[in-house]
Amino acid sequence: MSHALQRPQSPNSWHYRELNQKNPGLDHLSNGLISLVEAGHPIMAGSADLQYSNGLNRFAARYPDRYIGFGISEQNMVSAAAGIATTGMMPYVATFASFLGLLTCEQIRMDVAYCALPVRLIGHHTGISMGFYGTSHHATEDIGTMRSIADLTIVSPADGPQLEAAIRASVDHDRPIYFRTGRGREPDLYDPKADFVFGKAIEHARGEELTIIACGLPVHPAVQVAKRLNAAGRSVGVIDMATVKPIDRDAVLEAASRSKLLMTIEEHNILGGLGAAVAEVLADEGVGKRLIRHGIRDEYALIAPPTHLYAHYKLDEKGIEELVLKAIG
Amino acid sequence: MNSALRNDYRPDEATIARLRDRAQFVRLETIRLIEIAKVGHYTSVFSAAEIFAALYYDVMRLSDDPKWADRDRFLMGKGHAAVGLFPILADLGYLSADLLNGYTRLGNPLGDHPDMRKVAGVDFSSGSIGHALSNGLGMALAGRMQGRSFTTFVMLGDGEMQEGQVWEAALGAAHHKLSRLVAIIDRNGYQLDGAVDDVMGIEPLDEKWRAFGWDVHVVDGHDIGELTAALRRAKADESRTRPCCIIARTVKGKGVGYMETEPGWHLGYLDPSDAEAARAEILSKVI
Repeated sequence: MSHALQRPQSPNSWHYRELNQKNPGLDHLSNGLISLVEAGHPIMAGSADLQYSNGLNRFAARYPDRYIGFGISEQNMVSAAAGIATTGMMPYVATFASFLGLLTCEQIRMDVAYCALPVRLIGHHTGISMGFYGTSHHATEDIGTMRSIADLTIVSPADGPQLEAAIRASVDHDRPIYFRTGRGREPDLYDPKADFVFGKAIEHARGEELTIIACGLPVHPAVQVAKRLNAAGRSVGVIDMATVKPIDRDAVLEAASRSKLLMTIEEHNILGGLGAAVAEVLADEGVGKRLIRHGIRDEYALIAPPTHLYAHYKLDEKGIEELVLKAIG
Repeated sequence: MNSALRNDYRPDEATIARLRDRAQFVRLETIRLIEIAKVGHYTSVFSAAEIFAALYYDVMRLSDDPKWADRDRFLMGKGHAAVGLFPILADLGYLSADLLNGYTRLGNPLGDHPDMRKVAGVDFSSGSIGHALSNGLGMALAGRMQGRSFTTFVMLGDGEMQEGQVWEAALGAAHHKLSRLVAIIDRNGYQLDGAVDDVMGIEPLDEKWRAFGWDVHVVDGHDIGELTAALRRAKADESRTRPCCIIARTVKGKGVGYMETEPGWHLGYLDPSDAEAARAEILSKVI
């Protein structure tokens, strides 16, 4: 076992507790990959010096021969994953979404997507979940960059269990995939044993006044808001657009025909992301429906602890409820 | 078992003659294909013609099936020299010779850069300089994990040394002890904007690769005997625990006098009479 795998330190250390107890959602990444290996799939995993941030240290400890530490060389990691995939193995490589979606964008385009290789890219700590680490570590453009790359599937799980379900389902998906996942502290909404269907939106509530279409972290608070408002006699729908690309066009059109208003919510710039994708569907189909795009409004987010940022940008329950009520009057 | 070839190993004269003939074939076909395209990278192929010939006609383990899992791999960091590779792939029967006649024309899979999705025998697509050593690193890692014994050869341009990703891969390959990964640097001295050492110097190149943990050999890239021997030794040395880098000292445009002295021929087109003269010069020389 390499020196690196003996870290971090003891189970009592701050680092260990921080990463293994406070980010339980990311445990699901290793869980999913371990279950795939157990099922006999030719899985390899790799990371760029972040195995303790993304929890792949658990996979590495279990299957050291199937884990590659790439050091801080993200571009090399993505191109190498493409080389690995030519041999019939299925590589899953992970790093912060801010680096994966921007720094390695061209490697993803040329070596992974254009070559149509079964590489699975996992961008974690996405959106503004890195809080006061700052803009370098915020990923509010990655859906935009990845969405413009042909033949690349984009999945934005709302929680760890949904990530695990999508990871398990990914072995049967025939295209390269970019997973955009949070920091592992999202409240659980899903069952990791549930079937994940690529390209199929998940409807949590139906509403005639407004339908929220969200992906990633905002899905959970949106579901809570809808529950509360609907119990009070309002009619608010929620759709989890976990597969951002290819987008579930039918789900968008159905929501547009049912609801007076649509609202997209994403932990991303409102340009280029989920809101843009939904707007494109409406425009393509000639649906003249008011769409409120909620997210980061084409700016660099402030720095603060993540929960403070979610409150400031109205991506938490309170903020979402306020925006929904303002929209529906 | 250490089956390394002795340091004084040289291919026999018949092999050398055969490989010279194939390098000449690569140069002549390059001229013919660029006549169809009306523009192309002559000199980038001419510096690498012996490297192509040595690998495909002597060193690499290949079969009739271009997808054979245990084949040796060849990747091109300098993908713009693919016009020299395609005639070889046709010669080996991987693709129809008819395709060569429509090189770059609408609907033809053969373009300026190699495309693994479209062209049988191309082990990885390229065109964006700097990726290929990482791609090869991945193949070597996966090959070792699968218990396969293939060797992955990656030909890099010397200008390509300016790409940061090359050095990420160099670090990674040495760290992971990828002894079945061989980088071949076509050190022809020129890139688009001029002499490599004027644009962004890369020397001392051998010391850099040694410092990155590679086994380094510097050879005359046009001495087919020396080059082939170095490549065969690199492949056969099963005791080596490092990746291997062969720096092939070459001449950009080798084989056509006026191209050897004029770096502007990196990309160009020959008038029919000039093409005829180039062909005659190539046929008249023993390189």
